[in-house]
Amino acid sequence: MRSAVLHPWLPLLPLLVIAGFWLAARLDRRRGESFMRRNGLLIGTYLVVAVGVWMLVMIVVPQISMLELSFRPKLPPVAMGGPRDVYTLENYRYFLFGSTADTSHWNVLHLRAFAITIVASILITLFDLALCYPLAFHMAQSARPARLRLLLLLLIAPYWVNEILRAFAWRIIFAASGLLNTALLALGLISQPIDFLGQDAALYTGLSYAYLLLMIFPLYNAIETLPHEQIEAARDLGAPWWRIHRDIVVPFAKPGIASGCTLVFMLCAGALATPQILGGPRSLWFTPIVYDRFYQAFNWPLGAAYAFILLLTCVAFVLAVLRLSRLSLGEITR
Amino acid sequence: MTEAVELDHVTVRFGDFTAVADLTLRIEPGEFFSFLGPSGCGKTTVLRTISGFVAPSAGSVRIGGRDMRGIGPNERPTALIFQSLALFPMMTVAENIGYGLRVRGVARRARCERVERLLALVALEGQGGKHVSELSGGQRQRVAIARALAVEPQVLLLDEPLSALDLKLRQHMRNELRAIQRRVGLTFIYITHDQGEALTMSDRIAVMRDGRVEQVGDARSIYEAPETAFVAGFVGESNALPGRVLRAAADEAVVDTPLGALRGRNPRCLAAGARAVLFVRPEVLRPDFAAENACEVEASDLTYEGSVTHVGFRAADGTRLLASLGAAMREAVPAPGVRLSLGFAARDAVVLPA
Repeated sequence: MRSAVLHPWLPLLPLLVIAGFWLAARLDRRRGESFMRRNGLLIGTYLVVAVGVWMLVMIVVPQISMLELSFRPKLPPVAMGGPRDVYTLENYRYFLFGSTADTSHWNVLHLRAFAITIVASILITLFDLALCYPLAFHMAQSARPARLRLLLLLLIAPYWVNEILRAFAWRIIFAASGLLNTALLALGLISQPIDFLGQDAALYTGLSYAYLLLMIFPLYNAIETLPHEQIEAARDLGAPWWRIHRDIVVPFAKPGIASGCTLVFMLCAGALATPQILGGPRSLWFTPIVYDRFYQAFNWPLGAAYAFILLLTCVAFVLAVLRLSRLSLGEITR
Repeated sequence: MTEAVELDHVTVRFGDFTAVADLTLRIEPGEFFSFLGPSGCGKTTVLRTISGFVAPSAGSVRIGGRDMRGIGPNERPTALIFQSLALFPMMTVAENIGYGLRVRGVARRARCERVERLLALVALEGQGGKHVSELSGGQRQRVAIARALAVEPQVLLLDEPLSALDLKLRQHMRNELRAIQRRVGLTFIYITHDQGEALTMSDRIAVMRDGRVEQVGDARSIYEAPETAFVAGFVGESNALPGRVLRAAADEAVVDTPLGALRGRNPRCLAAGARAVLFVRPEVLRPDFAAENACEVEASDLTYEGSVTHVGFRAADGTRLLASLGAAMREAVPAPGVRLSLGFAARDAVVLPA
């Protein structure tokens, strides 16, 4: 279980599933009401088994094995399964105190990176929300079809480019001799190049940009279903524009806002490539630290513990926000 | 206080399309005024121009003598009831009604009192805590009215608010609306394509076509004394018989219709030789009318509707005529195939320019 090497034919599994489903759909016919009736015994059984196995193999088992791994000590292969291979909290202790045994000093470096990751992810999420809300509102409520198509194209087209290439593009823009510094120097606004990368300006910009679409589409979908007459009715009753947004549009679009924020926050906190490419020399983001536990320190149990702490914090945070905004998990997937 | 609405040479253009053309009209304070016309005639645009959602391309809108140019819908003394009602689904009935007061900064206490009074006005006492989705169609209608009345508008604008209701409820709400209008004494401007609604509720009606007002008048004059062929054809059922004016006097004209020479009133003073259409309503046609103003036809089909029976007739040249015979005329309903003479009094028909 610990050697999670992908079998060469494993990537073919989705194709096999699709092929199997197609075959079953061809063989069976639609009738009846209940799940089995509606889908037919063959497809019904197949759906249950396929979805079940898929969930189990791809989501449940890996997570549980990660969780289990995080409670075990790092041991040389020969000692695995030996007397020293017992469940322990030392990996979590290491996260807090920087040592598996000593608890006299806090692990400031990792705790700080963790806190910054969470806080920065929240701020980036809010920034994306502030940026996307007006645009989504315009697209959903006032843009003419031709303008809407153009906007959608302009939004989507950059995402045809690989995420890592996009991150590098930001690096080129923000580099000491990059586009932005050159422009600012040429305009005489600055006399020395600004260290955007070192100041993490590039990192935050890159992260904000990376998940923009995941914010804009849930917002757009939610606002688009708001009948325009609701806005006109509020206006007719005397509401100024900001009250229309506060009282009518935002409450209506709340599920979309929550779902966009959840997506951006989760992906931001878990981003790896962008922080590695755009992060300054003082690594601040938490995920590269997790990555390093696995592939630099080869300490998989510690990496698993770190990854689990991040996951748990993110899930707890999202659930707390949902509770505060009186939304159920079901509503945001609407 | 309620005030007059004046439209002064109002024209509204959307690109190349002229939705409203040079409309001049004065709607009196406290009047129930309807705009009646087929869909696309510009009546909704007129309403949106009065409420401020559409700016006129030319001309001006005055409410209570004040020019509304540059004044947005949120600052006009009007309240609009939308065709879809546009109630806020996230709010309760009371919150919906109180919304206009809330954005005006009315204190909670005063707001609650006013909402209670309005709930009573529209017969929804004790329903304030419900959600809009829990209400029936007629109740939603009344919430929309209360919400619009809450902001104490001088003019209430209604955009076909009854069109989504079923027939019985629609008829009930007509009376309800009229009663509310009398109680609050406001100017109501009502948009509809349903002539029944317009005729039963309105003090005055403007019949619109292609962005122009064809005729303004009370229900009786619109129905009984149409001034154009469009009004005669659009409002109520009418048999239209085209032809040329043979003889014309000050009050009557004789038209050479496909069914022979027939007489009718001549309100537009058409001269002999003019192309004209003689309109005669189905309910004024009488079988075996002894007068000279009659034509020979053959009964072809019957439609029994309880209070009236509609009889279709065919003339020798194929022209169809429809007569509606009331219960009192039950004995006179002919069987299909019967040939008879169908007549009417000249004062019940009208000759209008083609």
